[in-house]
Amino acid sequence: MFGLDRKDTALLAIVALLTLLAPFILNPFPAGSAMAQFNAGYPDLMQRFVIFGIFAIGFNILFGLTGYLSFGHAAFLGVGSYAAVWMFKLLSMNILPAIFLAVVIAGLFALVIGYVSLRRSGIYFSILTLAFAQMSYALAYSVLTPVTNGETGLQLTLDDPRILGSSATADGSIPVTSLFGFEMRSATELALGPWTFTFSVGYYVCAVAMILAFYMAIRIFRSPFGMMLRAIKSNQTRMNYTGLNARPYTLAAFVISGMYAGLAGGLLAAMDPLAGAERMQWTASGEVVLMTILGGAGTLIGPVLGAGFIKYFENIFSKINDNILHGWFAFMPDGLEDAVVFLLHPFIGKGWHLTLGILFMLVVIFLPGGLVEGGQRIWAWVTGKNRRSAKKRATTTEPAE
Amino acid sequence: MDAIILQILNGLDKGSAYALIALGLTLIFGTLGVVNFAHGALFMIGAFCAVTVQRLLTLSFETVDPEKTDFLGQPLKVKTPYIESWFGPEVGTAIIDWAVPLAILLTIPVMLAIGYVMERGLIKHFYKRPHADQILVTFGLAIVLQEIVKYYFGANPIQTPAPDALTGVAQLMPGVVYPIWRIVYFCFAVLIIGGVFAFLQFTTFGMVVRAGMADRETVGLLGINIDKRFTIMFGIAAAVAGLAGVMYGPINAPNYHMGMDFLVLSFVVVVVGGMGSLPGAVLAGFLLGILESFASTTWATTTIPGINQIIIYLVAIIILLTRPRGLMGRKGVME
Amino acid sequence: MSKNSVTRRGVLKSGAVAGAGVALPTIFTASSAAAFTNEPTGSSVTLGFNVPQTGPYADEGADELRAYELAVEHLNGGGDGGMMGTFSSKALQGNGILGKKVEYVTGDTQTKSDAARASAQSMIQKDGAIMITGGSSSGVAVAVQGLCQEAGVIFMAGLTHSNDTTGKDKKANGFRHFFNAYMSGAALAPVLAELYGDDRKAYHLTADYTWGWTQQESIAAATEALGWETVENVLTPLAATDFSSYIAPVLNSGADVLVLNHYGGNMVNSLTNAVQFGLREKQVNGKNFEIVVPLFSRLMARGAGENIKGILGSTNWHWSLQDEGTKAFVKSFGTKYGFPPSQAAHTCYAQTLLYADAVERAGSFNPCAVVEALEGFEFDGLGNGPTLYRAEDHQCFKDVLVVKGKENPTSEFDLLEVVQITPRAQVEYAPDHPMFAGGALGSCNSGA
Repeated sequence: MFGLDRKDTALLAIVALLTLLAPFILNPFPAGSAMAQFNAGYPDLMQRFVIFGIFAIGFNILFGLTGYLSFGHAAFLGVGSYAAVWMFKLLSMNILPAIFLAVVIAGLFALVIGYVSLRRSGIYFSILTLAFAQMSYALAYSVLTPVTNGETGLQLTLDDPRILGSSATADGSIPVTSLFGFEMRSATELALGPWTFTFSVGYYVCAVAMILAFYMAIRIFRSPFGMMLRAIKSNQTRMNYTGLNARPYTLAAFVISGMYAGLAGGLLAAMDPLAGAERMQWTASGEVVLMTILGGAGTLIGPVLGAGFIKYFENIFSKINDNILHGWFAFMPDGLEDAVVFLLHPFIGKGWHLTLGILFMLVVIFLPGGLVEGGQRIWAWVTGKNRRSAKKRATTTEPAE
Repeated sequence: MDAIILQILNGLDKGSAYALIALGLTLIFGTLGVVNFAHGALFMIGAFCAVTVQRLLTLSFETVDPEKTDFLGQPLKVKTPYIESWFGPEVGTAIIDWAVPLAILLTIPVMLAIGYVMERGLIKHFYKRPHADQILVTFGLAIVLQEIVKYYFGANPIQTPAPDALTGVAQLMPGVVYPIWRIVYFCFAVLIIGGVFAFLQFTTFGMVVRAGMADRETVGLLGINIDKRFTIMFGIAAAVAGLAGVMYGPINAPNYHMGMDFLVLSFVVVVVGGMGSLPGAVLAGFLLGILESFASTTWATTTIPGINQIIIYLVAIIILLTRPRGLMGRKGVME
Repeated sequence: MSKNSVTRRGVLKSGAVAGAGVALPTIFTASSAAAFTNEPTGSSVTLGFNVPQTGPYADEGADELRAYELAVEHLNGGGDGGMMGTFSSKALQGNGILGKKVEYVTGDTQTKSDAARASAQSMIQKDGAIMITGGSSSGVAVAVQGLCQEAGVIFMAGLTHSNDTTGKDKKANGFRHFFNAYMSGAALAPVLAELYGDDRKAYHLTADYTWGWTQQESIAAATEALGWETVENVLTPLAATDFSSYIAPVLNSGADVLVLNHYGGNMVNSLTNAVQFGLREKQVNGKNFEIVVPLFSRLMARGAGENIKGILGSTNWHWSLQDEGTKAFVKSFGTKYGFPPSQAAHTCYAQTLLYADAVERAGSFNPCAVVEALEGFEFDGLGNGPTLYRAEDHQCFKDVLVVKGKENPTSEFDLLEVVQITPRAQVEYAPDHPMFAGGALGSCNSGA
């Protein structure tokens, strides 16, 4: 189906299903229960999951296939966001032109940076991309403030000259981003017994975008072009000797992944019309690298898992405080309760960085292939196969197609 | 003219810190081929060795001064360091005053130990793994280390002042005054860099390590236990980072994220210097330090607005585009 | 806990689509039934405390969080009531807000606009927070304020000092109790002129982002009005850690005052470097060289250690004030945590009480009713003397403190001494002052 083989179709179907049913899957605990703290099924976080999923999928097209480790990918996301917010300010609140411009501008930006950076390989390439991104960040934060609004971030105001649409609504507020009348912010709730599920228009727009992006990624991975990129990763010198110039291929991969980042940036701005310079900082670039490696570089689904993992910890663990812990362990005797809270205290709330750092180490130490390998091992365990055959499954071709 | 001399001094001074961190980073790159994102954290731990020594020396007992009141209106508890009561106030204060130089004595064994444990316990298992995995694991380690420091010392900077005798300024020539401790830092950096080079150049141990850097397998085939020596080199690299940190305390108050602030910059320095080249790293450190200083003069910022924000990255791009392997890089290292 | 989504006008359309696709219209609770965003329907009400818990301002954030927890305790009738007893408005009963028990959720801003907005979003969408408060930088305050305006909840700013928060980026749903850069300048300049003379040459080092610029502009304008000359203004990158190359040119510039428009780690480092270069012992034009740090905070002063001694600056509030409100707050905070509160803690505590009080007086949690209750509200007893929440820009007007680093501190908290309490009249300005021009409050948004 869609030009994919059966296995890839199944993968795409699973991803599509999971994405579309995310409002249910991510809200497994009834609202009001103690475990509701771990629910992630609210629009903002679900949107972030899929948007950063798109970002990581795009990054993986470059890193996973060609092995070129870009340390400046956040710059494209940031540029995309700025482009999108400017479209909202100047043209219309419809998200399509904004996202379109975000992708185009990010692509052009990637073309320029990629053209220069790809003259070098290995760590020299990484540092070149890092340098470009850091320059973009530093300038956006200070000198370019008229364009980027610096520290505060580019926001909509009541006096934006919006050509197609009004500067302000009738009741004096800033208009909302929309897709042909469907406001990104609107949502509907479904209450099933103690459970509440929220379906937001914005999330489904992002979800559809991610499914399309994922489909594109599969096609790229399976295409002759993808094959060529893998050849570059395994031995570029040999490719050169066979008379092939690798540069156009890597540049194409770089621009495509830059456009993915631009799409992610545009969507971020479409969901929440603000673009801040921090989106371009090296820590943001580092984050997408971590997402990809954590999930499993070079695998299709890995980067999405990695993105979800990091964003989940950032948003859920940072919100747990001592008060909540006391609530959870209230059933214990007082002394024991305090002891447990004391033990857990360094890892929650302001300590969420610590938890994340420890998990990074554990995953990379015990699961060399990232979360995807973890999934494979669990699958093997569930289906009753031992570890050795699981490894075999992972390395050899899939049986029984 | 005076201004130029001052900026050169500033550059050398900034460059000392860059060069020391980059030196340690290159030792690890060059000998072990490991991308160590935790190197900034080692620098930070060094600085916090000074904080720890200072805290230990000022461990105090409390006496109540009924004449004064604290913020709640209760009698004020006055803290007196044990050292002051043991050795008398004058000697005690003098010892506390010299906390930072004393901390060097603590830093060297602590950093060697941390380096040893890190290499044996963690890094060793990552030699054969892709660089991406090394980045992830060392980055995770860096976060863990800095969060532990934050948990105990808080997020605000903590002052570790230089001894009174070494604060203040020195008149170097008419019109040029410069802080004494910064001069000390520069001399210290030169000493350490010289020491590391001499060690590698003139000792048998160093010779073996250099041979191992060039061709690890052959050295192994000669029956030399190169792994053990590499472990020691890792410890030395950690110690260099730690020493750079402990002496940096009086220049800028240590805080838990100072390592991350230096991390990216030191990677740029190493790569501009050229992968696998120790002299390259040192040269690039001083060069970028001086360029950064000159870029922050009013003359530069009015000519090109924002140049002080981007100079290091701009220079890095120019150098990498004109010299494919940085200033003095070796062929085939992490390309 | 009951939760409503951030639904707005579009809900009918999307609801119809969803309903048409899936025949489940009966169990879809169209949220337009609620009168405003996150209307509390149960026996409790949730407030969102969004403070920096990681990053360089984590200690300040931790202090803010302590103040919030204390405020919640007092609102729910626990503890000794703190400033509730000294507050001029007596609407608060100690039985929660409008009889509903106050609960809270916390989040981490990371001092990044993006992360702060994500955290605030989750409080609004997931936890049903009716009000968001906190923050330790102006970038974050402006970003979160914008979000709250769009979502239809109230934003009570924490520590934010930029003129823009209630200037060009002001919003109808946002309120600031903290003072701003203009007020710093207006309070500080006369003291500077009095102590250091009115023919000084000032050299400014300014953090190169919006807060730094507004502060530099304010201080320069205020000092120049009194006869000072601004020799030079040099912008320093936010990421700078070593300021030596910016300090060195000061030595031979002919300036005799250095103004450091820095905050947080930047301030600690630039001040330390300036002292290292011997600026404090220097004589220029026959006068002692002086250093000024316009925005002081005790937590940061502690980071700067010895270097802070004798240096002038301004602050919103200090625990050593002797009015009843301050004494009550310091006592209740100090008894609970063992050390005196910072100015960040004070402003956050005051903001929480002010919000709760406004709800009580309005008789409703509806943001538009709260806005109305807060606009033009005059009160006293919260530590800064008689205060006005001005209706035109939602900025509090109150006395400003000019402080100096103490020469002989008696304890690790006793770092600043109050030089002058500048009366409110001296720091007031017209709502259309050029430094604050360019924005509009817009109309309040209740999310309905």
